[in-house]
Order: sequence, then C-alpha cells, then structure tokens
Amino acid sequence: MSELRSALAGAVFDGIAKVQEAGLCGMIAFRGDLSATKVKNAVTGVTGVDMPGQRGCNVGGDNGLAWMSPDELLIMVEHDKAELVLETLAKGLKNQHYMAENVSDARAVFTVTGKHAAEVIAKLAPVDMSTFSVGEIRRTRLAQVPAAFWMHGENAYTVVCFRSAADYMFGILSMAAQEGSEVGVFG
Amino acid sequence: MSTRLTTGGARIARNKPVTFTFNGKTLKGFEGDTLASALLANDQMLMGRSFKYHRPRGVVASGAEEPNALMNMGEGGKFEPNQRATTTELFDGLVAQSQNHWPSLEVDVGVVNNAMARFLPAGFYYKTFTFPKFAWKHVYEPIIRKSAGLGKAPTERDVDTYEHFYFFADVVVIGGGIAGLQAAKTAALSGAKVLIMEQDPAWGGRAVVDGGMLGEVPAADYVSALVAELEGMDNVTMRNRMMGAGVYDHGYVTGYERLRDHAPEMAGPRHRLWRIRAGQIITATGAIERPLSFAGNDVPGVMLAAALRDYLVMYGVSVGDRVVVVTNNDDAYRTAIAVKKAGLDVPVILDARAEGGGAIAGEARALGIRVENGKAIAKVTGGKRVKSVKICAQAGEGGVLEEIECDAVAMSGGFSPVVHLWSHCGGKLTWDEEHAMFRPDAERPPKGANGEGFVVPAGAANGVLDMGVGLADGDHAGRLAVEALGLKAADANLPAFDQAVEAPLAEVWMMPQGAGPKLRAKAWLDYQNDVKVSDVQLAAQEGYESVEHTKRYTTLGMATDQGKLSNINGLAVLSHALDKPIPATGTTTFRPPYTPISMGSIAGEARGDVFQPLRRTPMHDWHEANGAHWEPVGHWRRAYCYLQGEETPHEAVSREILATRKSLGLLDASTLGKLIVKGPDAGKFMDMMYTNMMSSLKPGKCRYGLMCSENGFLSDDGVVVRLEDESFLCHTTTGGAERIHAHMEEWLQTEWWDWEVYVTNVTEQWAQVGVVGPNSRKVLEKLGGVDVSKETLAFMEYTQGKLGAFDARIFRISFAGELSYEIAVPASQGAALWDALYEAGEEFGVTPYGTEAMHVMRAEKGFIMIGDETDGTIIPQDLGLNWAISKKKEDFLGKRAQKRAFMDNPERWQLVGLETTDGSVIPDGAYCVAEGDNANGQRNVQGRVTSTYYSPTLGKGIAMGLLHDGPNRMGEVVSFPGTDGKSYEAKVVSPVFYDPDGEKQNV
Repeated sequence: MSELRSALAGAVFDGIAKVQEAGLCGMIAFRGDLSATKVKNAVTGVTGVDMPGQRGCNVGGDNGLAWMSPDELLIMVEHDKAELVLETLAKGLKNQHYMAENVSDARAVFTVTGKHAAEVIAKLAPVDMSTFSVGEIRRTRLAQVPAAFWMHGENAYTVVCFRSAADYMFGILSMAAQEGSEVGVFG
Repeated sequence: MSTRLTTGGARIARNKPVTFTFNGKTLKGFEGDTLASALLANDQMLMGRSFKYHRPRGVVASGAEEPNALMNMGEGGKFEPNQRATTTELFDGLVAQSQNHWPSLEVDVGVVNNAMARFLPAGFYYKTFTFPKFAWKHVYEPIIRKSAGLGKAPTERDVDTYEHFYFFADVVVIGGGIAGLQAAKTAALSGAKVLIMEQDPAWGGRAVVDGGMLGEVPAADYVSALVAELEGMDNVTMRNRMMGAGVYDHGYVTGYERLRDHAPEMAGPRHRLWRIRAGQIITATGAIERPLSFAGNDVPGVMLAAALRDYLVMYGVSVGDRVVVVTNNDDAYRTAIAVKKAGLDVPVILDARAEGGGAIAGEARALGIRVENGKAIAKVTGGKRVKSVKICAQAGEGGVLEEIECDAVAMSGGFSPVVHLWSHCGGKLTWDEEHAMFRPDAERPPKGANGEGFVVPAGAANGVLDMGVGLADGDHAGRLAVEALGLKAADANLPAFDQAVEAPLAEVWMMPQGAGPKLRAKAWLDYQNDVKVSDVQLAAQEGYESVEHTKRYTTLGMATDQGKLSNINGLAVLSHALDKPIPATGTTTFRPPYTPISMGSIAGEARGDVFQPLRRTPMHDWHEANGAHWEPVGHWRRAYCYLQGEETPHEAVSREILATRKSLGLLDASTLGKLIVKGPDAGKFMDMMYTNMMSSLKPGKCRYGLMCSENGFLSDDGVVVRLEDESFLCHTTTGGAERIHAHMEEWLQTEWWDWEVYVTNVTEQWAQVGVVGPNSRKVLEKLGGVDVSKETLAFMEYTQGKLGAFDARIFRISFAGELSYEIAVPASQGAALWDALYEAGEEFGVTPYGTEAMHVMRAEKGFIMIGDETDGTIIPQDLGLNWAISKKKEDFLGKRAQKRAFMDNPERWQLVGLETTDGSVIPDGAYCVAEGDNANGQRNVQGRVTSTYYSPTLGKGIAMGLLHDGPNRMGEVVSFPGTDGKSYEAKVVSPVFYDPDGEKQNV
C-alpha cells in the first residue's frame, strides 16, 4: 500500500467556527433507478442507512446515503471499503442498468463546527440556513465552486467539494470564519 | 459661527470626547457625532469645493443625500475617497481631508473658474472641445482628466476584508423610522419572518428629532418601546448601519451593512453585503427635503431646514447665532422654533406663500419670531460663509426690500419621498399635486413572477409626512405584505394621535419666481456637479426635451449623490421651461445602489488568494517546490516548464524535450478530463458522440477519437478506452472535461432519454502521470507488478493492476511520439506515485516536463491541439483527419453538417507543415499572404499559422498551419509577413516532422 494523502493533510482553522479538512472518505457516485426495489436494497444494504428522499441525507458513522438528483445518489463508506462496496453492488445489481464509480479521491471533505457554523456556510452558499436541519443535503455552490453540505450533528456541518478546489475551499471557509465576523442571526 | 452648545444633543456622549484630524488639524468631538456635526462644532463650515467651479461649499444636509461634504477618508490601506461626512460616525483617530482643491481648502487656484463660469455653460464639454480636432487628445483631455474626479484614487491595496451573507425572510422592511418599525411589528405579529434594516446607527428616524405625542407617550419613548418589543421577538431580525441598497427581480434585496466604519480597530470584516430573498418588501425609506433655488443657495451656512434642526437637536450644534428660515411649507417652522428655544436668534422666517403657514406659524410668532409671508430670498451674500440675506417679494423679480445680517440660512422647498427602492424594479410613480411630490403609485407596483406586486411603500416614502398617519401607514403596509403572503394580519393596537393641521405647501421652483438671468446663474440645483437653474433652462432652450437627455447634457444628478437633492427641482425647472406639467416630464431612472457601496463589499470574499479558485493536482506541491513556471489552463494551474538555476523558460523547455526524447520524461497529466460512459447502450451512444467507430473497440484497447458539435465543427479529442463491454473511459482535453460532460448529458437528457447510458465525470478521482521516453518501460519494470512488456501491453492497449504499491490503470499511448505510458492511480496515491517514479527514474536522468514541452513534442509529431489547430470553425477534414471519421456509421453528431456544400469543399484551407527556409520561427498567428488586395485594400491571404515553435529536436523552427489547397502544394515556398517588418518564408511540408513512421512509439 502506498502512502495515501488527502488534499490538505487535515488543515485546521479556528475562528468563529472551526474549519477542518476531514481526510479521506469513501464516496461512490451512484446512478440508477432510485425507485427500483433492487436498487434500494443494494444501496441501503451496503450502508446500513435508510434510503433518503429528495434533498435528503442519511448518515450513520462513516456510512451514508445522500440524494444528489432524481437518478443519482452519493454512497458514503469508509475510504478503504469503497472498492469492496462496488463489488457488492455489482453482485446485487446483476442485470440492472446502473452506474457506480468510486469518486472518493475526487473529493475534499471539510467539517465546519461551532456555534456560528451555519453563519459561515450562509456567507458562501445561497441557502436558507435558518431552516436547514439534520437529514438534509444541499448540492449547491460555495462562493465560486460546486459543493455539497449536510449536518452531521448540532452546529456541525460536513462540506464536500472537488479535490482540486480544496485549497480554495479552505481559504473561503477560513475567511468566512474569521474572528469578529459573527452575524448573530441564527438561533 | 457654528459651535457646540452647552446643552442638547440626544446622540452625543459628552463624557466621551473623541479626537480626529481634518486637513491635518487636530479637532475634538464626542462619541455619537458624525464627522459633519463634529466639524460644525469646530466652526468648520467650509467642507469642500465643488466639482466644476471649485466653489467653497459647506454641509447642506445631515444624511445620505449630502452632496457637498465629501471627504478623502483614512490613510494608506484604509484610504477611501468621496465619503459623506454626514454618514461617517466619528471615532478616535479618524483622519479626513477635504477634496477637489489645490493647494488648500481655503485658497484654491481652481476657483479662477468662478470668473470663467459664463464660459462653462451646460453642455460645454460638447461645445468647447470639438475644435481643433487634434486638441482633444493633446490639450483638452489631459486637462480635464487632471481636474476631473472629486476624491483621490487610493494608492495602496485595501487592508480590510469584506463578506457576503445570504438571508431569507418573508418580509423585509427597509428603513427603521417609525413607519418601518410599525410595519415590521405588524408583520411579525402576523407570524411572518421579518428582517428590518436601518442605514443609520439609531432607530426611529425623524420622529425622534421632531417629537410629538403618540398615545400617552412622547414619540422618542414610543420608538424605544417599539424597538425593545421587536428585539424580543424570535421571528424578527434587526440590523442597523445597514442600508437597503437595491431591489431586484424575484424579491431579491441587497443590504449594505457597515460593520467597522465606526470602529476600524475591531477585528472582522469592514462591510457585509446581505443577499436577501424576500417574500414581500416594505420600503419605509423616508423623505428627503428639497432645497430652494435662490441666488447664493450654495454659500456655506445655507442648509436644509430639517438638517439644521438635526444638528441642533441630535448633536447640540448651532450652525449660526442668527438663522434666517426660508420656506414654502410648514415643516421649516419647526426649525425656527427649535433654534429660538435653544436661545439663538431667528431674525425672520421668509414664507414664500402669500397666505403663510398654518397653526405652527402662530406658534412661531408667539415666540416673538418675525414672520414675513410672500417673501423670498433675492440673494445670499458671503463667500466662504453666509453674511446676510437680501429679501424680496416671491412674486417679483428680486428687487431688494431689505438686507438682514445672519450667519445661517435654513431652507425648505418641501419633501420628496425616497422612492428609489420602490422604483428599482419597476414601481411607478404618481404626481401628488397637494404636496408637490412624486410618490409611489399603489396601483402600479413592481411585480413578481405571479404578476402581483412585491413591494409596499410605507410612511414618508409613501408620501405620508405626518408622524401619526405615517405610523398607521406603516401598520397598513405590514398588513398588505402579510396578506400578500397568505397570512392573516394581526391587530397591532395603534396609539391615538392628533394629525398636525398644516397649511398647504406652495410650489416654489425658483426664488423669486421672476428671477432674472443674473440670479438664475447663481441659483444652484446640483451642488456637486455645479448645475444651476440657468443651465437647465439653457438645455431646454437648445431643444433638450427629455429629462434623460437634459440630465446627460447638463450633468444634473450625475454626481455621486445621483441627484438626491436636485432631481425634482431640476425637472420642475425643465418642465416650466418647456411649458409642460411636471408629471409629463417625468423623472430620470432610479437605479441601485441607493448610495454608492464599497467595491470590496461587492467582491465579498473574492480577493487575494481566493480571488478565483485555482485548481491544483495531487502533485501540485512537488511542482511548486521544484521550479514550476505556472501556466493557467482553465482554472487549473499547470507547470509550463520547470526552471533550473538561471535558465530561461525557453531553455528549460528545450532541455526537457531533449532529455525526454533521449531517455525519460514525466508529465503530470492529471488535469486531463476523464468521463465514464456506461450502460447497455454505451456503444451506440459512443458512436453518436465520436466521429470514429467506437462500438467496435475491444475491451482493453485504446482509440484516438474526435468529437464534433452538431454543426460539424471539431469540439474535442482524446483517447477512448474500452474498460469493459458496457463501459468506456473517454479522455477529454483539460479544458473540455466539464464541457463535454455537459454535452453528453444534454444529448442523453434531451434527445436520447430512453437510451440506457449513464455518464460520470471521474476526472479528479485519478492522478495521471505520463511516463515518456525510450527508458519509460524500464522505469515501470523497476517499480514492478503489472507486466508492461511489448508483448503483453502493445501500443494503444490498456491494463490495470498493482504497479509497485499502486493501484494503477496503465495506458500505452503516446502524445510525444516516444515509447510512453500514462499511469492513472487514485488521487490520494498521486503524490506518492510521482515520488516513486522520480526516484526510480533518477538512474535514467528523469526529467519532469511541462505543458510547453508537451506542446512542442506533439507538434513535432504533427498531432493537433484543440484550441490551436481548432477555433470553432474547423472541421476534422480540414486537419487531414478523415481517417478518424467513420464512413460505415449511419450517423454521428456533425455528420450531416459536414456534408454541406461549404464544408465538403476543396476551397477550405487545409492543414500542412511549415518549415522556414532559414530555420527561424514564424510568429504566432501570422497569415500567409497571396497576390493582390481585397475590396478593403487589405492584402489577400491564403492561410494562417496555427502552431509554431522552435523544435530543439530538429534544431529549427517548425509550424503547422492551414493553407489553401495545402496538401497539393508540398515543396512550395509561401510567405508569412510578421509584425516585426520581416517576412518569413516557409516551405510547405508534411505536418509530421519527427519519426513519420512511428517507430519510436512502437518499440
């Protein structure tokens, strides 16, 4: 096994919220008929979480399922399990038209945590953070790059973007979390 | 003399003195002061010079509408010009300088313009500088450029930070005066999520200054209670120091929050631009008092009546001991009474109305103030401050009846509702005869997607100037807004109030009404741009009928204040000159932002390192540490070459190429687009997307493919790999990944939605390294694992497995024309793979190379480059790529288009190689000339260069180009004139300069 490197080696910024690169996560871009029982069974089977509805995101530990579009899911697993999960899916979905690609390394993952975490996100994404809650995902943009995020706990958000934009993402999240920049409008 | 009184000043904290400097002079003020009030407290009446005539000017207003008191604020990285002294909160250490004068505010040589004023009438730019023709560029423009602009440009980078903030609310209330506060309360009680913003630090607006009773309590107390109540509501967000900057389609509002202007030492962003989605917007933006147009109305000390009252009541500042009040309405009497009650003198109130004022006039008389009805100011005397007013009859032509000494003049020409935000998105106005003002027309609001209005005006902004009625109007607006959202309006329990009984206002657009040319030429409409009554009349006389044209001709309302004081007065003067009613003339267009907002707030976080996203490959850090000379490719940063020691980029590129061709090179090819196409119909789909036959490709094999748009033009190229029976990997160009992905999705979603195919962009999943050169196989064998021998992995084949410690996909493809492999590993392994290859390659003199070496090597091989050989007008046939266009396929994107007469045509320029006769390099973009000239007298052309390089391999210049009938002209010498005066002669040759038989890549 060669040495694995995430984009920013766990970089941390502490301001009005804590921004941290979360390291490597297993992610599979899955496309298929999300209403098919076979598909539902396969994806919930490999993750152990419930099938999410529109703009939904169910996460349990390292595993999760996120709704990305009417025919696309993001399957989350441990980083070193992704290839194995692909094989399991292939077995479960024989003769079913679907696509599953390991995109774990195409991503950079960050956590934004703390009392003002929602404000940090709201400075960058055109999303109503006053109503955003656990179990939801937004596939949107943060400033100038595509991104998705969900809550993994109270005042705790996971942000995903393309790996090549990791530096930019860390930069904008850190700037949005700079000292003295509390907005004070949520909660 | 203006001074601080010993009492009064609701906003200032007399126990908190503050020190600041103005033009280098150290002055004192109090916390709570604005810069303007503090300057007045220090008897600094003169605050700036006007733009055109450099006339001395003092502050005329007390808020956002101020045209005169603009300052160069701050120093160094915090410097900003054109800041209003009236909206700048004073803080300890503030540094301000007045603008637009030289050498000093007191003595300005530019004021010579004063004597020349009659040579600078409206439209003088257009009239004066047209002859002689050469003089514009060499004489006029340089002089105008020197004198143009009010403040100085900053010389240092802004040290502050800025940010955006996205917010959503059911009801957004703009303006925190009494109407706005009440509207917010009513909406909030009805269950709406409410955001209310106020540009000022304090809530309550004029009600706090002017007093009066609401129910049992004074207005100021009522405001405090209202604010406290709103602060206690969970569904209300209150922001002061935040201006509603603009209203846009779909209930989009921008709010400009000034966080640190009053406290620059605090950490955090300076400004925050709120980007708000509102269900309904309530504009409770108040009203602006209008000046009166009399001669000398710009002398420092002449001020809006309500502003003078503000300075007195809110800041305890007297603008003068003897204040003459001149008005056409009852409101200005409040100023006279306030001045008198402060123990100062009001020698006379000049009421232009023949019948005079209402009840309040009696109040003034009872205080012993002399009130003169039907009287006006003929002229104000004084230069840098008011000395006296000359009184005349308003009905006359300015014959002086009396001269009264005074040191300040408070004027009021009525009020104009701030309709800007109502109008930004198309709200229409109606002319209110009674109050002589434009106010929002409730029947014609700005409309949203459902065809219903989404903006509701409230209070003074709706033309309701009375405080009590304004409060009720705020409640009404709140009700309208929530009902439009489908909520039931709650009862807000309004207090009892007495509506003030006022005498009607009289329209006074010129003072006196029969003022002659001399007076009119000194009666200012637009203070900042020096536009006078006479200028607007001249424009009308010269045929300018449209208010928009007059505005541009005279520059009325075109300064940084955008005509907040001058707009209505100017168009009234124009209407009279044109003999048209005012509503027939109309207003100019109101556009956001309401007042100028900082460029930083617009940019938000986008500055410095995060100005733009820069995409980095997994090996980026290695490149950076090893001399990478960067090149932007889309948003990616790629190494153009790697500089060693003192070498130039040109030398580095040559070194990289020679080393690669001789032994071993490494290229970071991670940016290459990688799309997976999968499904039972994948083969069929691939055949449509590519010009080649892709369905016949065997798993494990690679094929170079071309993609065209439906118009037949070459759009992208790359190597296609069949991974499995139902799955293809499509390599695209670096810049093409997202574009081609979208192109594929579009066809799948709109045309072939019933085909069973999915596409995913996996570009960033893989780090990819080109291992290139005669020793490339040896290096891979050294790492061990997958068999990459000639027998097992032939040219244009693909395999996967463990390469050393890496999970690798190995493609034996070549863009350089050497034995070469592209190794793809998951991005997390990319940096380690690069290190491993570099280490293993050291015995072969491994040489990382950049994009330029890649370009040159492909050109030596005659391979095309999308974007060099193609420009959106090129079809594959132009480039001799007929071999990659399937003739067996029934259809593919572009096939039909390529059959059109002008596509399938021998007259099209064709790709050839070009070899200069003297070994020089043809300049990039050079055209190949033909005999004779065209109809425009330009030289005829017969071709152009598409790629041109110095080839270190061949030791001479090589190029590719498109040439008329090119392939049939081999050996012919053609000419390419450069812009350097030389002509480059080149022989037409095959585009394949290096290893035409492909022996090197096939070993």
